[in-house]
Amino acid sequence: MKTPTFMLITIAWRNLWRNHRRSLIMLTAIAIGLWGMIWMTALMRGMVDQMIDSAINTLSGHVQIHAEGFLDDPSIERTLPPVRDNPALQSLLDSARVTHWSERIRVPAVIRSERDVLGVTLVGIDPQQESGLSFIADSVTEGEYLAGVDDRHVLVGRKLLERLETKSGRRIVLMSQDPDNNIAERGFRIGGVFDTDLQVTETSYVFAGIETVRAMLKMGDGVSEISLLGPDYRNLDALAADVRAAAGKADTKTWLELDPYMATMLGVMDGVILIWFSIIFVALSFGLVNTLLMAVFERTREIGLLQALGMPPANILIMVLVESLIMLLIGLLAGNLLSWLTILPIQDGIDISGVAAGLEWAGMSSTLLPAVKSSDVLLANAIVLVLGIAASLFPAWRASRKVPVEAITRIWQ
Amino acid sequence: MTNTTTLLAWRNIWRHPRRTLLTIAAMVFADVLLIFMLGLQLGQYRMMIDNSLAIFTGQMQVQADGYNDEPYMYRTIPAADALAEDIRARTQLEAVATRGYGFALVSSETRTLGAQISGVDPQFEPRVSTLPGLIKQGRYLDGKADNEIVIGSTLARNLRIEPGDELTILGSGRDGSMAATVTPVVGIYESGNRDMDRMMLSMPLDTFRDVFSMGDTAHSIVIGGERERADRIATGAQAALADKDSLVLLDWETLMPGLKQAIQADFTSAWFMYAVLIILVAFGMLNTMLMSVLERTHEFGILLALGVGHGKLGRMIVTESAVLATTGMLIGILIGAVVVGYYLVNGFTYPGMEAMGERFNIPSVLRPEVSLRSLLPGPLAVFLATMLASLYPILHMRKLRPTEALQAV
Repeated sequence: MKTPTFMLITIAWRNLWRNHRRSLIMLTAIAIGLWGMIWMTALMRGMVDQMIDSAINTLSGHVQIHAEGFLDDPSIERTLPPVRDNPALQSLLDSARVTHWSERIRVPAVIRSERDVLGVTLVGIDPQQESGLSFIADSVTEGEYLAGVDDRHVLVGRKLLERLETKSGRRIVLMSQDPDNNIAERGFRIGGVFDTDLQVTETSYVFAGIETVRAMLKMGDGVSEISLLGPDYRNLDALAADVRAAAGKADTKTWLELDPYMATMLGVMDGVILIWFSIIFVALSFGLVNTLLMAVFERTREIGLLQALGMPPANILIMVLVESLIMLLIGLLAGNLLSWLTILPIQDGIDISGVAAGLEWAGMSSTLLPAVKSSDVLLANAIVLVLGIAASLFPAWRASRKVPVEAITRIWQ
Repeated sequence: MTNTTTLLAWRNIWRHPRRTLLTIAAMVFADVLLIFMLGLQLGQYRMMIDNSLAIFTGQMQVQADGYNDEPYMYRTIPAADALAEDIRARTQLEAVATRGYGFALVSSETRTLGAQISGVDPQFEPRVSTLPGLIKQGRYLDGKADNEIVIGSTLARNLRIEPGDELTILGSGRDGSMAATVTPVVGIYESGNRDMDRMMLSMPLDTFRDVFSMGDTAHSIVIGGERERADRIATGAQAALADKDSLVLLDWETLMPGLKQAIQADFTSAWFMYAVLIILVAFGMLNTMLMSVLERTHEFGILLALGVGHGKLGRMIVTESAVLATTGMLIGILIGAVVVGYYLVNGFTYPGMEAMGERFNIPSVLRPEVSLRSLLPGPLAVFLATMLASLYPILHMRKLRPTEALQAV
């Protein structure tokens, strides 16, 4: 003997395929709707991830420590004592909570070749510590990365090299200001050239060994900034608080605090995704409600018959809802499959270099990596399923409301 | 006979008022949304372009060929003032200003930084650039004194100077000679553009020419004016350049390729969203029309048996879809126009827009564009997609044979 529940499901399933064309069209619409939701979010998330990545990679790190006032006025006078003078900070930075950290000196400078003069930021780095922390170690495409803190070569960006009309191995002169307000000037040989996604990075920074820069600027052992990476770019507050406590009288900030634009961008993104989901859903629900209304309408007689035979109205309501549920589930399955199949081939990124300058303007690189987040996929599925059932309540309620006698005698219309 | 077709079509549409209304509602929803988003987008682009160009770049510029790609000091416009005067005469536009650019080390008492120096014509600069109006402290160059300079706010802070202080400028001139001068700061501007506030100073063009050994040359002639008139202005300016081979007229797309491409990228991704929306609405229409055809199989059988041709039935179905789609489109455009009209008057804002506005240098209230190009494309696309969707039911109908169709219940 079949249980009533099983019977309802069987009826719903058969009802669904009575008009297979209509059901297939609706299934396709659900699948495309879900596909649109997942795809668009994957691309948007990918874009934002990339912006965050390149922001963190371009020297910001997850948390930065500066001397007070340095961010407002990046001058050589505002320095921090080196980490080794602060045992508490040293042990925190060397602990497992920090994956990479490094000290840097950062000063505005002027670079001069035989042909041109340009303004840059001179960054003195510790080449070993820096590797893994920022882009520079992996971006040298010509010549050699710096060998040590007192390497006497500099690394120059590809675009800057072109602007200066010089070559790797040639000499350039760097000028900056030492702590006594005198002009410090020194010639360097270009030891390597780096390439990055963003041209502005290539033209903005010149890298040299930290001890070399100290010697050039005749400064002591101070540092301009300490940058560190934690395990994840989210949830940095606890780590930042501990670093802040250990660093003492200094300005400790997370990357989100350093780049408020990016922080608002992340917030706006969640809102945009939710709005986008709702729009797609509303467009979808018109079709869904219509299809179910039609399905119920053309069955007026048989629903009347079922009721006359003793089926309670609640069961009819459930029957229609189950039909809708089955349709939604199959549609979602197809949609998820379609999304997976279409995102798979572009996992390694889509080349959008056609609009590279525009993306550069927004701080992005020209390869777009879609980022499929399980939370987004779940949200998309949940919205379609839950709201889809909610939208089906109206047709289902109409079906259950029919009076048997009237429904059976009514032949057409 | 055509009247019968139309009449039949009309009555058929209202066989199921609820279905018809839902289908139209879906179209109206999509239309209003598309009009609103497109209007907002176009309004935003216009604002981005206008604001970005107004600050410094202008609508177009005359430069020496190659200067835009590789700005070397020696790539100059000879006899620039005469040429600017000629352009003014030919375009009947006062907003034409001559500029020179150079790079120099700028020193205050305590600090030295590298910066971009622009030599501007104090008389005409305010007509092509909003920068003179963005002075936060002191005043802009007034054209009376030769030796004075205005400076970006971040640069001023980094140099620790205020209006009244003196700056030492040290660079190299056009011929490679040493360029040096001492200049009092008379004003500090805050444009909101990070690079300009951090990197730029402006001094009178005549002084700039003396210091940087420019003679009577300049690096660019900036042409402002309204963007609507850009074509006519360009024709006039082009005529002034007729016998000057080494000079080129560059439009804003060339001067700011990033802006143009950012807009393109944004536009493309937005149309992807719109396409998904339109397809969904088209599917809804497909379903409605298919239903209305399938449920009339018996009826079509009778009509066919009575000698009404497939062609006539097809026309009837097309008329039905057309009435539905047109009604949806008209209501959609009407409501859409009201919605964008409301925001045109009151302005539109969303959370986080201020930060975005700061970054892209746009005001924090958006006014959508209300024009044919924002009102029509969305609804037209919906119309076409829905009409296309109604072709399938017609194909289905054409396969009907009277005898079989009559047996259907």
